[in-house]
Amino acid sequence: MADVVRVAIRSDADIVMVRQQARVLARELGFSTSDLTLIATALSELARNIVEYAHGGEIILSRIKEGDRCGFVIIARDNGPGIADVERAMQDGYSTGTGLGLGLPGTKRLMDEFEITSGIGQGTTVRVTKWVR
Amino acid sequence: MKAPILKQGPYLIASLQPELTDTDLLQLQEALVEQVGRFRSRGIILDVTTLDVMDSFATRTLRNIAQAVGLRGAEAVIVGIRPEVAFAMVQLGLDLRLSGVQTTLDLEEALAILDRQHKELGRRG
Repeated sequence: MADVVRVAIRSDADIVMVRQQARVLARELGFSTSDLTLIATALSELARNIVEYAHGGEIILSRIKEGDRCGFVIIARDNGPGIADVERAMQDGYSTGTGLGLGLPGTKRLMDEFEITSGIGQGTTVRVTKWVR
Repeated sequence: MKAPILKQGPYLIASLQPELTDTDLLQLQEALVEQVGRFRSRGIILDVTTLDVMDSFATRTLRNIAQAVGLRGAEAVIVGIRPEVAFAMVQLGLDLRLSGVQTTLDLEEALAILDRQHKELGRRG
């Protein structure tokens, strides 16, 4: 299987599909069932943000190797309206949509590394990593 | 309908499948709230044993179902949250019990809870 997979995200059916693809890719790296679930949950939140706020974007799944450790990287990218106040969006309970406002801060807790770049009119890119323990 | 609803005496049992989309979940919500009225159900059981992910949308929808059928006179119990799913939900910051949703490990326990509540209701009424 390829080490990088790109998936276009447009509808809620794509969320289910990308989750299944990620599970297959991540399982081969040797993640525990528990970590696979954390990854799938984080991915679900990121994919839903794309559908809900940007009405489309893409998710790039990749496997990386750094020294003797292996990791799984999810990049969620959209060209949507962007987030005006990133700091605020990272707080629990803050949402401009219909959600619980746990998506971004929750995703950060589920993964080992989390980076977000966003600006009004520039879309949003979130990059998260989970390392195999 | 991707999540079949079974009628078991005064209760409805819905089994959620891993490939359910947000749209499917919302359809299930609508069907359950409607059927509780049609069958005069006293309780519903949401079986999530096979779900490998419960994200914020799924959790919110299950909570909404529980609250909506509650307003229609039925109790809701969520059955079989997997250990790793429970852990992910906690990390994400989701706790169904905070919104008063009952959870059990298996179907038997869920039926026992509903039977007990059903009887108590009968005694009072």
